[in-house]
Amino acid sequence: MSFGPYASFIVTSYLAAALVVVLLIAWIALDYRSQKRRLRELEDSGVSRRSGRSATDIK
Amino acid sequence: MKLSDLANPTRFLSLTGRLLPYLAAATAIVLLIGLYLSATAPDDYQQGATVKIMFIHVPNAWLSMFVWAVMSAAALGTLVWRHPLADVAAKAAAPIGASFTFLALVTGSLWGRPMWGTYWEWDARLTSVLILFLMYLGLMALWRAVEDPSRAARAAAVLTLVGALNLPIIKFSVDWWNTLHQPASVFRMGGSTLDRAFLIPLLVMAVGFTLLFVTLHLAAMRNEILRRRVRALQMMQARASASELGPASPASQPA
Amino acid sequence: MTALAALIRRDIRIALRVGGGALIGVLFFLTVVVLMPFAVGPDLALLTRLGPAILWLGALLASLLTLDRLFMADHEDGSLDLIVMGRVPLELACAGKALAHWLAAGLPLVVATPVLGLLLNLDLLATAAVALTLLAGTPALTFTGMIGAALAVTLHRGGLLLAVLVLPLSIPVLIFGVAASEAAIAGPLSFGAPFSILCALSLVSFVVGPFAAAASLRHGLD
Repeated sequence: MSFGPYASFIVTSYLAAALVVVLLIAWIALDYRSQKRRLRELEDSGVSRRSGRSATDIK
Repeated sequence: MKLSDLANPTRFLSLTGRLLPYLAAATAIVLLIGLYLSATAPDDYQQGATVKIMFIHVPNAWLSMFVWAVMSAAALGTLVWRHPLADVAAKAAAPIGASFTFLALVTGSLWGRPMWGTYWEWDARLTSVLILFLMYLGLMALWRAVEDPSRAARAAAVLTLVGALNLPIIKFSVDWWNTLHQPASVFRMGGSTLDRAFLIPLLVMAVGFTLLFVTLHLAAMRNEILRRRVRALQMMQARASASELGPASPASQPA
Repeated sequence: MTALAALIRRDIRIALRVGGGALIGVLFFLTVVVLMPFAVGPDLALLTRLGPAILWLGALLASLLTLDRLFMADHEDGSLDLIVMGRVPLELACAGKALAHWLAAGLPLVVATPVLGLLLNLDLLATAAVALTLLAGTPALTFTGMIGAALAVTLHRGGLLLAVLVLPLSIPVLIFGVAASEAAIAGPLSFGAPFSILCALSLVSFVVGPFAAAASLRHGLD
């Protein structure tokens, strides 16, 4: 599989796409973790939702 | 927020929690197949191997418009039914759409360098995608400018719908402007004459990227719902501590 | 109908009196155009070629800057709440306010264009073409900008955010405004095609602008 004279452009564009997608996934995963942690901290400190259910229990 | 409104986000969370692993797996499989197909696709007689850039450029360009359409549907949900889930959907979609638009620009520019000899050509398509990117960034700035999420949601909804009305007009004017100023030598891709050898990998990649968007969007919506719960709990905590200490106590005064 | 006329008359009077700030837009327009030769050099031939573009950009920025006050002043003294609750449909009231704003802040820009055309070495025909396209195009700028102004007032944010939101929406007006002026001066194209599209853009903005601004005010001010 040869990419011809413009191999660097092709590889760069695929790498750029991979990088942006990985960054998006990482951002969403880290955000999920930090929101869960804050919810758990708030519940441990005794605040409960008006519905009485646990906010972290989403399964 | 009312109890009946909370019921739906909760059901949404449990449903998507079960659905997300399957969606992620499907996305990975389709994208891998697409990558394999685009790697084995033949070279174009005119562009050589650079045609492979098309397989990620076109899906991202398609998604940049598709995401705006999703946000417009969510904006209708916000303005007509005032549904909190629609607010969440619109807010979660904006950064993802901006990322795909950014990718469409970057890959388009990397495609243009070998084809046109410059990284940036004021080509009609690239220019309208650039304007779309600016509008995504403006929308994200609007979301970030206001703290109250439902107030921000309604303003963003108006802007999204106005943008959706304006996008075809902008596209038309940029096309018109471009034919006025266009040097004739610029390479054009014949859309209808696309060969099957390129069409199939392109379609698979487009489906793969669309699945990727759906997966990321659902996950980001879950984050957004959790963020709102954190906000609600923090406000309850602040209220509770304020009433415990009594309104006269200077310690309870917010800074 | 008389309530609407009273609203328009009141808005024009407020904009033109001391502290109204509508005429500062013209001063800003003048300053921007005067700045241009310092940036590109006093080459008269070059200024002639860039003239329509400079005038259009100046008018665009000037109308954007005055838009900030379109709803803000009324919001501060409470009369905006009265307008929202009033018997005149909010869409019509918004259209009336935008019309008043254009008469007070947009029309002076058109009137000032011949003087500025002189500074940029534009001949009579070119100046007339730019003034005519500004006359047809600035209402579109005001009416689309009004959407941004309504969003800004509900968010208590103005200035830069408003500019960032409104400027991309005004690209079509800029394209066809400049194209029509250049077509009249030198271009191979006829003046009619871009000019009628410019008029069409203005007409579309008359419909979309008031509805979007009214929706934003109705949903945002609670």
